[in-house]
Parts: sequence; structure tokens; C-alpha cells
Amino acid sequence: MQQIINFIFRNKNLLLYLFLLFISLAFTIQSHSYHQSKFFNSANWLTGGVYKTTNGIFSYFNLEKENQKLVDENMRLRRIIINNEYNEEVAIDSVALDSTLLDFTIISAKIIKNSYSNLDNYITLNKGSKDGIKQDMGVITPNGILGIIENTSGKFSRVQSILNRKSNLNAKLKNTDNFGSLIWDTKDFNTVQLIDIPRRIPIKVGDTILTGAASSIFPENIPIGTIKSFGLDVSKSSYRINISLFNDMSNLKNVYIINNTNRVVLEELESAATNGK
Amino acid sequence: MASKYYFINIVRFIMLVLAQVLICNNINFWGFINPIIYILFLYWYPIKQNRAVFIIISFFLGFTVDIFSDTLAFNTAATLTIAYLRPTIMRFCFGVNFEFQSFRLNAAPRIQQLTYLALLIVIHHTVFFTLEVFNFDNFLLILKKILVVSIASLFLCILLSSLFSVKKEN
Repeated sequence: MQQIINFIFRNKNLLLYLFLLFISLAFTIQSHSYHQSKFFNSANWLTGGVYKTTNGIFSYFNLEKENQKLVDENMRLRRIIINNEYNEEVAIDSVALDSTLLDFTIISAKIIKNSYSNLDNYITLNKGSKDGIKQDMGVITPNGILGIIENTSGKFSRVQSILNRKSNLNAKLKNTDNFGSLIWDTKDFNTVQLIDIPRRIPIKVGDTILTGAASSIFPENIPIGTIKSFGLDVSKSSYRINISLFNDMSNLKNVYIINNTNRVVLEELESAATNGK
Repeated sequence: MASKYYFINIVRFIMLVLAQVLICNNINFWGFINPIIYILFLYWYPIKQNRAVFIIISFFLGFTVDIFSDTLAFNTAATLTIAYLRPTIMRFCFGVNFEFQSFRLNAAPRIQQLTYLALLIVIHHTVFFTLEVFNFDNFLLILKKILVVSIASLFLCILLSSLFSVKKEN
């Protein structure tokens, strides 16, 4: 007994080190395999508050460019409205004006912390559960998709960016119904990869990629990017396509959060279907 | 005198964390180089202190940075490791005389200080990027990141440590 106590006393630093290392490795493994823990992320009140304060100062430096972006977006939406008033049959690829208006509601927010240089990137927004934001809502910018809400606190929320190894979204080729999975190979922050598009589909560089219909998070036809280059994957049966994003991931400010009001119903249906089998 | 040590270390802790998460995490030089400068806290921390306390403080230092940058918990593990290994590294760099009461970090030769800082940074980055990539298929990616980011961190840490040189401590 004496010897055990002596051993603990002699090696107390080593034991302390191993204990704390075990805790941090447990966090690491958890963060690699599943959603990060509820409190320990950049959306809590302390870190969110610090980012919000500094963002309040630094956001003034980019005001002019941000305003220009918003004016451009307004112009595009305005053009759709005007044309639509004269021609009811014009196809609309905007969420806000779609006839599905009742299916999706939109919340606006600002980015207070952006990140694109890590292997798993997360973005922090200045709105949280008090503004009606919940986990698994989709986040888009005026140009294209950005990611999915992963954690919320009262006033802040954290987005799992498409630049994340855990990200896996449904995407399709414009004007077709061939869809695949959108992933990121961590190499370049303005390029993502689309996999599982069958080989027989004719594609060419410059084709547009949109979000697909098989997801209850994003509405169909939200722009993602254009095809930059493509090749076959290891199995030679499907393409691996490099997509250059419409968004400049390093320069983002205003985002919209999309809430699919039918999502609960859709998911109940899906789980009922899978359970029924 | 003792309260002054506490005060300086608390201020350092806060300032280094803020500088790390608000400035250095947003440098993104070449798209991925974000130097890590909060290692200076461990570099500057007094030698003659309780080692267990030092390890616990380092744990919280890494943890704070992790929460801010959503990298749970690579910084924690890396910082913890260099905190535990610090006496060994110091013995390697300064010989046995760092254990004497009269030893002062800034009185040691410049090259020994640099080796000490460089070793802290390289060990930290090795643990950090191994955990971040978490996949030995990408071994070259880990090596590239360790090498390039270590050089950037070392450069910035040297600049900062000469800017805020410690005169009356250790």
C-alpha cells in the first residue's frame, strides 16, 4: 500500500499529464466522428460574445464591398420580379419568390467568424435559437450554398461549412435529375468535389451544379458552382467532378438560413418508410 | 512579488489567446498558414513553479484556444504535451544549470533560447497536425503542414519575444 502511494506521489505529474491527455483525446475522437459537444464550441456566450464585439469593429472595413454585393443581389431579384409581372410563365430559380414560399422560411444573419484554412471548417453566426434557428437548417449566401447549422446557443449558432470532411450534401447537374454527393477533399477552399454521377451522363466543363431534391435541408436548385474539371473515380463507373464554387469562401458576410417547414413531416414519413420494411 | 507574477501571467494568458484567435487564426497565408503564437506563454512561464499547476494551466490554455477556433481538442493535447515535456526540453537546451536558482532565460545564449523555442513549436505542431489530419494516409500532408507552419510560428514568436522581452522575470 505504502509503495502504491509512493508511486502515485513520485509520478503525479505523469499521471496528471496522462489523465488530461486522455480527456483531450476523447474530445478529439468525438469531434472526428460525430457532432462536437453542445457547449464547447465557438457558439457559446463567451466566444460568441468576443467574436461579436471584434466583428462590430472590423465589419466597417468591408462595408462598401458588402453593400455592392447586396445591391447586386437585389438587382437580380428585382429583375426576376419585373419580368415575372409581364410573363407569368418565366421559370424562377429563387427561393424567396418561388411558389414554395410557404414551405421555406428565411432568416438573415451575419458571419462573425469565418474559417476556411483548416481541414474541418466551422463558421459562427450572430443569431441563435432565440431567433428561431435550429440544428440542421441550411445556410446559403447570395451566391450559393454555405453549409448546415450544427450547434445553436441562445444568441449564436455554428455552421458546419461545406469545407468540412464531415460535409456530405445532395447535388445535381442543372436541368437534369442526376444527383450525387458533394464532398470536400481539403485541398483548395474554392473547389469542392461531386461524386457518384454515373459515367453515361454527358457532362462538360462549365456546367452548373445545383442542390438536389433528395435533401430535406436545402430547397432544390440552389446554385453551388460550375464544373472545373472531371475524371473517373477508382471504380471507373462514375465521375469525380471538381467544382469551383460561386461563393468566395474567404470573403463572406451576409447569409440566409433556410427553414424547411415541412421537414418534420418529411422525416417522419421517411423513418416510417424505413421502419415499415 | 508573488501577486505580480500571477497578474502578469493572467494578462499574458488573455492577450495571447485573443491575439491567437482574432489575429493569427485569420492570417491564412498561402491559404493554410496560421502561425500559432500562444506557445510563448509556455516559453515565458517561470521555471521554478509547481509543475502540476503548470500542466493544468496549459491544459486550460489549449482548451480556450480550441473552443474559439472549433478545433476540439487538438490544441489542448499539443499544449499539454509540450507542458509536460518542458523540463526535458530545457535540460536538453540549457544543460543541467537551468535547475539552479540563478538561471535566467534571457541571460542564456541566444542560440539556446532559439533551440528551446523551436523545439516547443515543432513538438506542438507535430501533435497538433497529426490529430487534425487524423489519418496516416495523408502523411505527406502532415509533414508539409508541420514544416511550413512551424517556420511561420517560429518567425512570429521570435519577433514577439524580442518585442516583449522579459527583463525582470524567471
